[in-house]
Amino acid sequence: MATRLDAADVVVVGLGGVGGVAVEPLAAAGLNVVGLEAGTRLSARDFAPDELRNNFRGWPHAAQKCNREIPVHRPNASAPDNPRSSVHVMMNGIGGTTLHYWAQSWRLNPWDFKVVSETTRRYGSGRIPKGSTVEDWPFGLEELEPYYDKVERAIGVSGQAGNVKGLVDPRGNIFEGPRERAYPMPPLRGTEFTDLMGNAAQRLGWHPFPGPAAVNSEVYDGRSACLYHGFCNRGGCHVSAKNSTAVSTIPRAERTGKLAIVTEAHVTRVDVDADGRAAGVQYLKDGETYIQPAAVVLLAGYTYENVRLLLLSTSAAYPRGLANNGGQVGRHYFTHNQAGGVLALFPHKLNRWYGLPAQGVAVDDFADDNFDHTGLDFIGGGNLWVYSDQRPIAAAGMPTFGRAPRWGANWKQFVMENADRWCNSYLQKTTLPYEDNVLDLHPTVKDPLGDPVIRITADHKDNEKRIAAFVQDKMEQWFLEAGAVATQRQPFGTMGVSTHAYGGTRMGDDPETNVVDRWGFCHEVQNLGVLGASVMGTSGAHNPTLTAQALAWRTAERLVAEWRSIAG
Amino acid sequence: MKRRLSRREMLRRSAAFGAVAAVPANVLAQAARAAPYANLTAAEAATLEALVARLIPSDANGPGALEAGAARYIDRALGDAFPAQRPTYAAGLAALETYARSRAGGSFAVLPPQRQDELIDDLEQDRAPGFTPSASTFFELVLGHTLEGTFGDPHYGGNRDFIGWELIGYPGLRLAVTAEQQRMNAALEPLQTSAYDHTQFDEHRAAGERDGD
Repeated sequence: MATRLDAADVVVVGLGGVGGVAVEPLAAAGLNVVGLEAGTRLSARDFAPDELRNNFRGWPHAAQKCNREIPVHRPNASAPDNPRSSVHVMMNGIGGTTLHYWAQSWRLNPWDFKVVSETTRRYGSGRIPKGSTVEDWPFGLEELEPYYDKVERAIGVSGQAGNVKGLVDPRGNIFEGPRERAYPMPPLRGTEFTDLMGNAAQRLGWHPFPGPAAVNSEVYDGRSACLYHGFCNRGGCHVSAKNSTAVSTIPRAERTGKLAIVTEAHVTRVDVDADGRAAGVQYLKDGETYIQPAAVVLLAGYTYENVRLLLLSTSAAYPRGLANNGGQVGRHYFTHNQAGGVLALFPHKLNRWYGLPAQGVAVDDFADDNFDHTGLDFIGGGNLWVYSDQRPIAAAGMPTFGRAPRWGANWKQFVMENADRWCNSYLQKTTLPYEDNVLDLHPTVKDPLGDPVIRITADHKDNEKRIAAFVQDKMEQWFLEAGAVATQRQPFGTMGVSTHAYGGTRMGDDPETNVVDRWGFCHEVQNLGVLGASVMGTSGAHNPTLTAQALAWRTAERLVAEWRSIAG
Repeated sequence: MKRRLSRREMLRRSAAFGAVAAVPANVLAQAARAAPYANLTAAEAATLEALVARLIPSDANGPGALEAGAARYIDRALGDAFPAQRPTYAAGLAALETYARSRAGGSFAVLPPQRQDELIDDLEQDRAPGFTPSASTFFELVLGHTLEGTFGDPHYGGNRDFIGWELIGYPGLRLAVTAEQQRMNAALEPLQTSAYDHTQFDEHRAAGERDGD
């Protein structure tokens, strides 16, 4: 028997990176907000510097809801399913994956909002890859800039501005779009190694700069500066210097007294009323079913969760899933083109044992449309990123660059000499949506509740493969200029479960090709909003979180401003 | 805080352990009985010990995976962190033993090191029959777990006496790191502590233990 709870103004499904941001403006405006979070509340005591637990055993996400509904991937509709992974890439918890993410907090570049029109303007028609469903965003960077600015301050972002009101500063990213003001904190410090790389990039005529991070470079909002201890990668921060929503926006929302949080609440369905409007959600907690009515429902799970919850929420009004009468839920799916890095071996120690993945040096000269694509056979590009982050098991698992076997006495001799002499790189590349890269419900694989999990049907296309090869060339060139004696390219792989999953509930003005409108509310269900990268129609060449957070803040402000028309 | 071994002590232990892989199976089994494995049988433990002892051998460069306790690490993890792998280890170790007897005429654990290495090479190159789904899959599984058990936090039963961290020059856990300590040639005193020697942290359940829903 389900327990029907008192109605809320807004129910937010998921208190991670985006839901955790949206609750601040909602609660500050005096709305009664219920936040439902599938995970628990963690503290600094939970964030031990434990590589085995964090990086090899999948704690804490291993024991959670997300891990019981890991999507199944197949590269195309006629291929068999690939083996299902055993640990999900994301986690549940107050703060969600912002607890253990790398915290790179990038804005998208202006081109990312205008891929179709800018590509056509610069190179003529015919350069959009065949089969791609990419559209221009319904607005440009200038529309999102104020929200980037708000989130950078609300959570705390360190960085070096490269363009303030059109004034370009070569210490920052000269390719970034204009910002109204600098970051609230200076960038994280560099290391001798990142300086070595930065100097090499400059010799090549490139424009290196420190990347932005939601990590404190100095005391911020009463929280410690980063201590660079080296376990930030899939680990939480022991001094709350990583600015997850759990230590920034969520506590502020709670202090208003307007946010009620329920942890370990597993939302199973969105309910609709007789008029086809969202009526609230059903959730399970401790084996009991609860009905949480609300005037407005905001889905703030990860991309797979948002899409899955819509597709599972069928009704007479929405037989193919909520907000899916137009058949767009699950379409325009893509993941960030993250795989295919380049590894390098140096003839000296690098001392990358400490630091964090956000302590690094970036090159954007080959990202987006920052370089001339005339004569090239692709559009888009990649961000090159080298950083200080190494732990012992991963160090010993190093590639051997063809210079040693993978085990035995000769291997042992090799890793003794080289465990601290190698380095990886992180190459994030443009990925476009394509008509046959989609999410749907798996016909047979179910979670323990009997609900089907997400099926990913997706693979990289030629445009993305060409970008990957091009960017690997540049990364090899950079490492060799810096003195590397060997490089090794990592395989590019296929488009499986990803930490950077986009689309499925794309934002756009045209309801024929998009699920949510320019404000983040469903075309078909106006009091149902969707937050997260599932609304993004392009990836750019940078981490999605800050953009998803800026969009979430914007949707929340829109809801406050247009409460009567949206809540009905 | 754990005691840090002197270089001399390390070498002494190394020399002592260097002979292990070559001792007869009955002696190995006796050693296993002295401190029984929790999940593996004595026969499985003997085979696994011999295997990890060749993946990261004890030699002039110091002790290896056996001395670091990698086999013990795996045994313990089969009971908590990855119990689903228990049948995989049973089948894989049995297949290795069968292959050793058919190919080299003896139990894997008592073969000379060079012969053992040839058989391991067959696993890595997928030349050994009798493995499900394949010999190389089992090889990769054991190699990965051997790295975990040699270089992971000693809290989980491996990396005994910080053998692994010393081997690769990992300077240990530092909860706060200065700019100077991040210089490429920084001289850092090796700190040999487990994460859980720091009382500010709580231990957590392993991945195998799931929440109810």
